[in-house]
Amino acid sequence: MEVLTNGFLLGATYALLAMGLTLQYGVARIMNLANGEMLVAGAFAAFWAFTANQISPFYAVLFVVPLAFIFNWLVYRYLLTPLVRRAKSQGQLEVDTILATFGMSFALVGIMLMLFGGEFFTYSYLAEPFEIFGSPYGLNRVVACLASVFICGLLFWAIYTTRIGMAMRALTSNPDAASLVAIDVPRMSALAFSLGGAVSAVGGIMLSTFLTLDASIGVVFTMKALIIVIMGGVGDIRGAIIAAMVLGIAETLVASLIDPGLTLAAAYLLFILVLLFKPEGLFGRKAI
Amino acid sequence: MRFSDYCSLTLVIGLFILAALLPLIPDSDYLMSLALPIAMYTVLATSWALFSGPTHYISLATGAFYGVGAYVVGTGIEFIPYPVLLLIAGFSGIVLAGLVGIATLRLSGVYFVIFTLGLAELIRQLVTWIQNNFTGSRGLYVLTDITENYIYWQLIALTALVFLVGWLIKRSRLGFALRIIGNDELVAGHCGINSAGCKVILFMVSGCFAAVVGAVMAPRFTYIEPSMAFSPELSFQVVIMALLGGVHRLWGPLVGVIPFTLLWEVIASSFPTQTVLLLGVSFLLIVYFIPDGVVGRLEDLVKSMRLARPGSNRG
Repeated sequence: MEVLTNGFLLGATYALLAMGLTLQYGVARIMNLANGEMLVAGAFAAFWAFTANQISPFYAVLFVVPLAFIFNWLVYRYLLTPLVRRAKSQGQLEVDTILATFGMSFALVGIMLMLFGGEFFTYSYLAEPFEIFGSPYGLNRVVACLASVFICGLLFWAIYTTRIGMAMRALTSNPDAASLVAIDVPRMSALAFSLGGAVSAVGGIMLSTFLTLDASIGVVFTMKALIIVIMGGVGDIRGAIIAAMVLGIAETLVASLIDPGLTLAAAYLLFILVLLFKPEGLFGRKAI
Repeated sequence: MRFSDYCSLTLVIGLFILAALLPLIPDSDYLMSLALPIAMYTVLATSWALFSGPTHYISLATGAFYGVGAYVVGTGIEFIPYPVLLLIAGFSGIVLAGLVGIATLRLSGVYFVIFTLGLAELIRQLVTWIQNNFTGSRGLYVLTDITENYIYWQLIALTALVFLVGWLIKRSRLGFALRIIGNDELVAGHCGINSAGCKVILFMVSGCFAAVVGAVMAPRFTYIEPSMAFSPELSFQVVIMALLGGVHRLWGPLVGVIPFTLLWEVIASSFPTQTVLLLGVSFLLIVYFIPDGVVGRLEDLVKSMRLARPGSNRG
């Protein structure tokens, strides 16, 4: 039971990361390997706000979201749009964006190393016990989970009921057809990419309230978010949420039964299983 | 073979002999400190390009294979003779590449990239876990009497081998199949080519070389630690160098390795704290401005000059 609850608490935050990546990869068609660095940047911002200015990480969300949104918009507009234009095919675009975002991830790690140094950073926020079903859990984890659930719900609502959300879903299923029904594909892609980056940064803030991070850890979270997105099926938000829960619980299981240092191995194990048996995702149908 | 083929063959062999004679120059310590990484990265980048050039699948796992090779030597150096260890390292590289390939190469390239992105980190976690729980100590000492010059000659031999293998693959049915796959995988499938199988075999060749390089380099470290052996920067540098040179020719990566290693030497000594940032920036510059590599650029230039000639006659 404890494992399940802990897994759920972790999974909710992972769902947030996966949503960010789904927006970037599923809608904007950019395989963003620098996603985890965005997360670490968000976490750094929360850390800085808390230690230097005594601002609660949840207030930090208020300035991290616009900043991350603008930053990601600039990245999309000036770094990725030329690649989108240059690409002759979807495959070419994939190769180019993978290389470009891989380079960006290193550049971002470098910038963060320069600004903050290479130490682990952590701060103590709401580190008091909170009881669920008679066993104690860190209050920070519970609050981060609730906040993530709230943001996920908000995104879910936006994507499934608003016009912009509908346009994004149209882009996910077919970008060429989307432009035929008067959807401004470049603008919508830029919006999805920036929104995805902002969501990832918020996910970083949530993680930073209870995890110890350092400047070069981003790649681990990129991996996890990618695995969740693939497990859930690219572009499928419901699938991503369930996959995030599965990953959260699997990691907690491995951490409590075997060794906390093996969480990535747990993620890989799931990844391999998905690749071998259901590469189209948990709820995906085979492409015809 | 035609006369020009013999000429280029003699030239290549001559260059290899020259490279091999380098350590014999007196007071060549500084020269060697440059030549050794050049030789190492040449093998890594060329073997990387063997796989990623024709298939367009970007492998980010060179560091993982390298680390595995280094660890094989580190673990076995006290019980098993060194040459046997090299064979074991190469074999474990093949096995690892085979497993990764079978899991991912049947599917689209994205899965492969993602898998290789975290592979080094995964193996690092596993090795750390095994060492913490079963062997007790974090690091491994590799104490041998293998000198720097000997490592260098091994690397030169490996370079020759990787070029030979690359040349043979290009002439073989496998190379022909790969060219078709690279141009259009659907067509390849209709021609009866087992494209997943071809890719797996090629990835195994590439992984084998990277693991052997790791094994060869292990005695130079004397002390091996997981975070050192499985550094993500190595995979990254190899990709940069290969792309800088150009992956469409066998000797393309070499053109990238030499200037980049020299440049890196300067950067690492003058801005030691900003290496990661500069690495990322230089990578972005290459992706945006010379996507086909220096060799691709040169070939374009030659082509346009040839095209320009008849035009100038008219004018």
